[in-house]
Amino acid sequence: MKEIVLEVKDLSASYRKTTVLHDVNFSVQRGSLTGIIGPNGAGKSTLIKTILELHPALTGTVKFFNEPYNKVKKRIGYVPQRGSVDWDFPTDALDVVTMGLYGQIGWLRRPTRKHKQKAYEALEKMGMGDYADRQISQLSGGQQQRVFLARALVQDADMYFMDEPLAGVDAATERAIMTILKELKAKGKTVLVVHHDLQTVEDYFDHVLLLNRTIINHGKTEDVFTMENIAETYGGNMRWMGEKREHAFHIVE
Amino acid sequence: MSYTAWIILTAALVGLSCGIIGVFLILRKTAMMADAISHTVLLGIVLAFIVTREVGGTPMLIGGILAGIVTAFLVQWLHSLDVQHDASIGIVFTTLFAIGVILIATSIGNAHLDVQHALMGEITFIPFHTITVPWIGEIPQATALLILVLLVVLFFIVTFYKEWKITSFDPALAASLGIPVLFMHYLFMGLVSVTTVASFDAVGAIMVVAMLITPAASSYLWTDKLVVMLVLSGAFGVLSAVIGYYVAAWIDTSISGSMAFATGIIFLISFLFSPKHGIIAKRLKPETGQTGTDPV
Amino acid sequence: MLSILSSSNTLWVLLSTMTLGVAAGTIGCIAYWKRQNLMSDALSHAALPGVVIAFLLWGEKNLLVLVIGAGITALIGALFIQWVTTSSRITEDSAMGMVLAVFYGFGIMLLAIANRLPGGNQSGLDNFIYGQAAAMVRSDVITMLILALVVLFIVFISFKEWKIFLFDKEFAQGLGISIQRMNTLYSVVLVMAIVIGIQAVGVILMAALLIIPAVSARYWTQSFHWMILLSALIGGLSGVLGTLVSTMKNGLPTGPFIVVVGAGFFVLSFLFGKEKGLFVNYVQYKFQQKQQLKLMEQEGGNV
Repeated sequence: MKEIVLEVKDLSASYRKTTVLHDVNFSVQRGSLTGIIGPNGAGKSTLIKTILELHPALTGTVKFFNEPYNKVKKRIGYVPQRGSVDWDFPTDALDVVTMGLYGQIGWLRRPTRKHKQKAYEALEKMGMGDYADRQISQLSGGQQQRVFLARALVQDADMYFMDEPLAGVDAATERAIMTILKELKAKGKTVLVVHHDLQTVEDYFDHVLLLNRTIINHGKTEDVFTMENIAETYGGNMRWMGEKREHAFHIVE
Repeated sequence: MSYTAWIILTAALVGLSCGIIGVFLILRKTAMMADAISHTVLLGIVLAFIVTREVGGTPMLIGGILAGIVTAFLVQWLHSLDVQHDASIGIVFTTLFAIGVILIATSIGNAHLDVQHALMGEITFIPFHTITVPWIGEIPQATALLILVLLVVLFFIVTFYKEWKITSFDPALAASLGIPVLFMHYLFMGLVSVTTVASFDAVGAIMVVAMLITPAASSYLWTDKLVVMLVLSGAFGVLSAVIGYYVAAWIDTSISGSMAFATGIIFLISFLFSPKHGIIAKRLKPETGQTGTDPV
Repeated sequence: MLSILSSSNTLWVLLSTMTLGVAAGTIGCIAYWKRQNLMSDALSHAALPGVVIAFLLWGEKNLLVLVIGAGITALIGALFIQWVTTSSRITEDSAMGMVLAVFYGFGIMLLAIANRLPGGNQSGLDNFIYGQAAAMVRSDVITMLILALVVLFIVFISFKEWKIFLFDKEFAQGLGISIQRMNTLYSVVLVMAIVIGIQAVGVILMAALLIIPAVSARYWTQSFHWMILLSALIGGLSGVLGTLVSTMKNGLPTGPFIVVVGAGFFVLSFLFGKEKGLFVNYVQYKFQQKQQLKLMEQEGGNV
């Protein structure tokens, strides 16, 4: 069995009176690509934020590489939802990617040509080389997401958390992002992705974490992503699922 | 140097420091903190006066700076406890300012300190209070202080340039890279306070607010590059000081009021005519925002 | 205390600051839910040039005229903020800060000119701008009362429209309520509440009267209806108590005391408010944590 790099124990979290996460336990192996799946309001984003201490946990512990978060901060990359920053900020794509290197550059030093080169390569990898000096507000949604991904790449972390990187992007961007994610996995990095599209789960992820306030199921995609489990996860929210669920059933069948 | 030159130089220094600081103030969406701090500085100055019985000088500076940082801290604290951000600004600064006014009315009387003076400043008296600086000679005290503040501001902005940029653009990423976001916030508010206090006596609170927000907002309409925005904003600040002075001299009115007004004129021009984000340019070529044709 | 109350002018002043507190508390709730708490601060500063222009044109200090002047420039300020934020990348807080400082600076320029003119009652003007409730005369109070009642009346007769407008704009539109018209009405009542308060608390502190009662009331109730009532009550009480304290000694400013009393109410609500006061929140958090642990223990036992 492979090395465990993320261990979440008894985690729970709440927003005021409502418990959003309850008794969450799971562990993730090195080099896995996990999709976090669940209905709206299941606590997917909250799970990531609580794990990364961006939201207070009520109970529980989280260990990365057998260490607490503070000790391994730099080995962890986080790609927030695209809407979380102001895209009117006066800066260009290359600069945003370079920001991913600030941790390595350290205090009192400026990014050198070498850093810029590295950032540019990451952009190119995402098919964005031609857009390096484009002001970020002039990029389309998909392009902005690629910039975020490129920034995560240069961070050169060992573990990545991504919050809906595929939401609202065009098909080309989706392909580009998935290529990169699989590449990261091949390099032995661990990636956790909040995902909403049931149709693509089987193609994209080797592990699935089905979440609805607590973990319904977690494991290898072929074992866990079954009709029964999906129905259980989305159970209370049949109506929300609508037609998507039917598609999902077809695929599972 | 002549009387006029000293006044313009002093105001230009305020414009330069405030213009630079203001860029980050705007990008961090905390423009109204300028308003808050420029008012609460009054309380700091009053308290410093009560303790030392001295107007001006180091105690006043320290009192003002502390008051500014305390304001930033209280606002942040209330906000972290779920009070809307703008509401916490509104509560904190009005309360502290009210306490300041009450202290002036009850324990100080009218001695050397009054609210109106604080709000409008007395720039016309600046050239009369001079100190002697080695190698330079005799220069007005306020001017010397503002030169010092400008150097401090430049030092911090240049030294931590990339940290300011990342904590303004994406604080969550900054935190995950190990940059102390909250500390940087307080350091920044400290810089705002230093600039405000130093400018306060010379030009008054309202002009500080105008100089902090308006030139930066104007430059935001001209450019998409942070460095250019900083330079432009500083330049707009200086320009407002000069225009403001001559307008005031021309119609014989309050100099700092006129300088604040001049920042507004520059903004209006930018807002209408900037080729990048001005509304006339936008009318002429509608929606060029999302030009992204997808690669691959 | 009795001697204070027996002075008839003080009674009038008390009545006016109370009504002002009630009106400001009410409008403050609307501003709170529009998430425009600091708008009142920007607009009260933007009222200054209007006051001075009205004074210059009229030639003497007449409250109604000053209030109308104040209202006009404050409204221009509001329109300007809206224009800038909707048609450029400038955010609302920057736009408010600019309007605040630039309009105020312009007002100061005009004030300097007004002060140079021969005749006229400039010190009266200063009292008006920086707030001196004690300087109010009976006719001022009556003007103020009428205006405040108009504001309250507008909110009262269209209460349910406000509620829908604030909580669910799209739904309101579906019901045939014009958002445009509600926004305009909102600006008008906000400006009215601000300008009638300037005389009593001054342009700088006026914002506090709109912000503090509303935020304090939020800590006690989840219902909009109750929040408005409570906010009005806190506003009114702050007005009365602050005025009483300031009349203890001659020459004390009224506005700052009203604000400090209001701040006292805020601190109490913030600590002990039953909805999300600090104390209650802490207890709730601890309780939930305990529940959670207990639940997990039970489940652990079952497995």
